[in-house]
Parts: sequence; structure tokens; C-alpha cells
Amino acid sequence: MKTLRRNALSGYSWLMLVFLYLPILILVLYSFNDSRINATWTGFTWKWYVSLFENRQVMQALMNSLTIGVISSVIATVLGTAAALAVKHYSIRWSNIFNGLMYLPIVIPEIMMGLALLVLFSQVQMELGKVTLILAHVTFSMPYVMVIISGRLADMGKELEEASQDLGATPWETLRYVTLPLIMPGIIAGFLMAFTLSLDDFIISFFVAGPNSTTLPLYIYGLVKRGVSPEVNALSTLLIVSTVLLVVVAEIFRRKDSKNNQSIL
Amino acid sequence: MGALFVLPMLMIAILSFLKRGTYGQVVYEFTLNNYIRIFDPLYGQIFGDTLVVAVLTTVFSILCGYPLAYYISRLEKSTQQIWLLLVMIPFWINFLVRSYAWVIILRSQGVINTFLQSLGIISEPLPLLYNSGSVLLGMVYTLLPFMVLPIYVSLEQMDRRKLEAAYDLGATPWKAFWHVTLPMTKTGVVTGSILVFVSSIGMFVVPDVMGGAKSALIGNVIQNQFLSARDWPFGSALSIVLMLLSMLLILLYFRATKASETKEGSA
Repeated sequence: MKTLRRNALSGYSWLMLVFLYLPILILVLYSFNDSRINATWTGFTWKWYVSLFENRQVMQALMNSLTIGVISSVIATVLGTAAALAVKHYSIRWSNIFNGLMYLPIVIPEIMMGLALLVLFSQVQMELGKVTLILAHVTFSMPYVMVIISGRLADMGKELEEASQDLGATPWETLRYVTLPLIMPGIIAGFLMAFTLSLDDFIISFFVAGPNSTTLPLYIYGLVKRGVSPEVNALSTLLIVSTVLLVVVAEIFRRKDSKNNQSIL
Repeated sequence: MGALFVLPMLMIAILSFLKRGTYGQVVYEFTLNNYIRIFDPLYGQIFGDTLVVAVLTTVFSILCGYPLAYYISRLEKSTQQIWLLLVMIPFWINFLVRSYAWVIILRSQGVINTFLQSLGIISEPLPLLYNSGSVLLGMVYTLLPFMVLPIYVSLEQMDRRKLEAAYDLGATPWKAFWHVTLPMTKTGVVTGSILVFVSSIGMFVVPDVMGGAKSALIGNVIQNQFLSARDWPFGSALSIVLMLLSMLLILLYFRATKASETKEGSA
């Protein structure tokens, strides 16, 4: 009876894993299918990938995504690190207010954040484009950076910083030679997370992008609305592969000699 | 960061009381018309549909997610980490791509229909896509990781000695689960439900990609008012109502689970 129950549970869980991954695997598989029209498998091909790299619009969207991703994640990492350090060193009341604000985006649908930013940008008469996209991406990725680095800081404890100060280091020297090197894996993980979020974001970008700042997910949306095609499969596959790689590398950095092995979310 | 979010929310609130000009611009004149328009049965219907889909998505996510989280929490530590990463990875792949993947499978020349037709089981493709069933499927699919992770965390933090005590006192495994494990992991279920519910109530990507014209949800209407119809004041009013509604439901859900918790405690 006990083994039966355990087998049923394990079977169900594997089924759920199949449910989560099968559609993604099928998408990837069909990006290599020779047939354009339907789901019949007619042979393996790279041609959809080749045609992507020859498509100027795709390359432009890729460039936009990378530029916006790099700039916004650098800014988000700097601000997020500063915020995490500040929250750690200031009073509890401040960190509570800060944490409250961090959770606000969670209890409000994501579409609201897109709208809110759109309204804000139009009120200050900012033209929608790369700059508004960067600002929006900094806004939603900074909390993630902060959470990761705060975790790292909490793991570290206060001893090493106190020791450094006892040995006569100035606060700046302590930060530069003790704190920052210790939280470096967290900073790298935070940066990679921010970059992934930026590269992957659709909903918020959808509201704040202008005509000349189409990113990859926005371009994919345009194609999806026109219907299923092998090019969309190939482009989606590339996005999936880069997202998964980035997340896994970020996880490795985050767990690097860290005591706290809890997954993020 | 906070200001970048709170300030615009206030602007949306103000916008919702203003008028729309002939060319889609905002006219600075006070009006309640936007809110009155929401009571049009058309929008009432869409709000209703949205809530039904959101509640069903939450329920199905619990049914799919709880056993999975339970299984993971009973695995060995090293295996657990792998399973958790496997559950987390789809969460990072964007909604759009994940719902599109289902289009490939479900559409009339899609994987399932092509397969069934080649076997000669059906002659006409089945209408698997562009209905409320496919929207629900897409929602559960994209939001499931939100449910699994919080439940897993609360199962992990649970004091297992209480479970042992229940067994020592002669409880059957089912009874022990129902009276000990489930109440003790309520926090995880509540957190997961809120994450799933909030995300599904404002979702427009899944219905846009996997639903037909008839399965538009409130998120689609809001998106439409802002980007195509250019009626920002009405769009704002809709989003304010949506936000209040989601907060109210979360509050009620909290109350309900709190109440049953104290009842458990006194029993």
C-alpha cells in the first residue's frame, strides 16, 4: 500500500515535469523541421536559423535587446547593490518600508506596471523608445538584484566587517576590500538575473517600447500574431536557450560557497 | 524605484476620472462616466469571465502543484535541488513563447491533429485551440511554477515530528495528511494562490495567443484601450477596478484561511 502510494505520487510528479517541458521540447524540435506548412516531420534542417541571421529586422531586434539588456542590468546591479548595502546598514524601520515597496509589484498584476510606466513617461513627455525601455527594465529587475545581494549579505554576517574596522580600516576600505569581494558572486548572479529578465521581458516592454526600439520578444509577438511559422520556432528556441543558459550560470554563481542554498523566488 | 511605481499608480487613479477627447487625447475635466461605463453588461461579462478563469487557474494549479511539491520535499537533498531547478527553468522562459508552444501543438494543423489524422482516428481537425479551455490550459501551464515553489518551501519548513506524533497516535496516512500536513502548509498554498491569482487576473498574453475573439479577458480590454482604442481614461478606470478587485479577493482569501486556522487551533 505504501509503495503503491509512493509510486503514484512519483508517477504524477514525473507527469507534471513532462507537462512543463513537452511543449517547450516540441517547439525546439519543430524549429528543425523542413516542412513549412504543417506538423508533419519532413526532415532535419538548419535553414530557418540561417534565414533568421539573414533577416535585418531580426538582427536589429537582437541588437536592441542586447543594448537595452546590458545597459539596464548594469544600472540595476549598481542601484540594487547600493540599496542592499543601505538597507543592511540603516535602521529596521527603513528596511521594512523598503521591503514593502519591493513586494508591491507582486500583489499587483504585471500589466499594471506596464500601464503605470506608460502613463508616467507620457506625463513627463518622454518619447517612447530605448531610453524608456531601459528605465522600465531597471525598475523591474532591481528588486531581484537586491533580493539576491541581501541574501548574500545576510549569509556573510557582521564579523569580517567588524574585524576589518577593528584593524583600522576606514569604512570605504572595508567596503572595497572586504564587503564587495565577499558579495561578488551575488553581484554577478544579480547582474545575470537582471540581464535575463530584460532579455526575456514582454509585457512591460510591450507598453513602453517605441516604433524603433523593437526587442526580440516584441518581434516574436508580431510574428506570432501573424501565425505559426518555422522562423518563429527558431527565434523562440534561441530565446529559450539563452534564457536557460543565463539562469543556470546565475544559479551557479549565486550558490558559489554560499551557506544559503534556498532557491530564489 | 518605489516612487517610479507609486507615483504613476496615482496618475492612473486620477486619469480614470478624466475625459477622452475626440482624437484620443486626455481632457482635464472631472467625470464619473468611465466608472459608469464599466457597469455595461458587456464589461460585467468580461470581468466575470476573468474571475472565473483566475479562480479555476488557481484551483488547477493547486491540484497540479501540491503533489509535485510534496514529492520534491520528500526527495533527498541533492535530488531536490535538481527538481527545483527543473521546475524553476520554465518560470524564466517568457509567457509569450510558452503559450506559443501550445499553439504549435493544438492548432488545426498542429501536432495533435496531424497525428490523429495520420492514424485515421479523425477526418476533420478537432477545435482544440481558441476556446476558453485552451486559455485555462495555457494559464495553468504558465503559472504552475508560482504555485509549486511556495508550497515546497512551507513543506520544507514543516515540523515533521508532528507528523510522526500523528502516526504514533494511530492516524492513517490520509488522515495525517488531511489534519496535519495540509493545515501546516497552508501558508505556502495561500502564497502560491495569491501569486497565481494576481498573475492570471491581469494576464493578456495567454488569451491573446491561445484564446479566440470570444475569450478576451479584462487584461486584453485594458491593453486595447491603451494601445488601440486610445481611451486612456476608460482604460485607467478598468485597471483601477481590476486592482481593487484583486486586492479585495486577496484580503477575503486571507481572512478565510485565517479563520479556518483559528478553528483548527481551538479544536
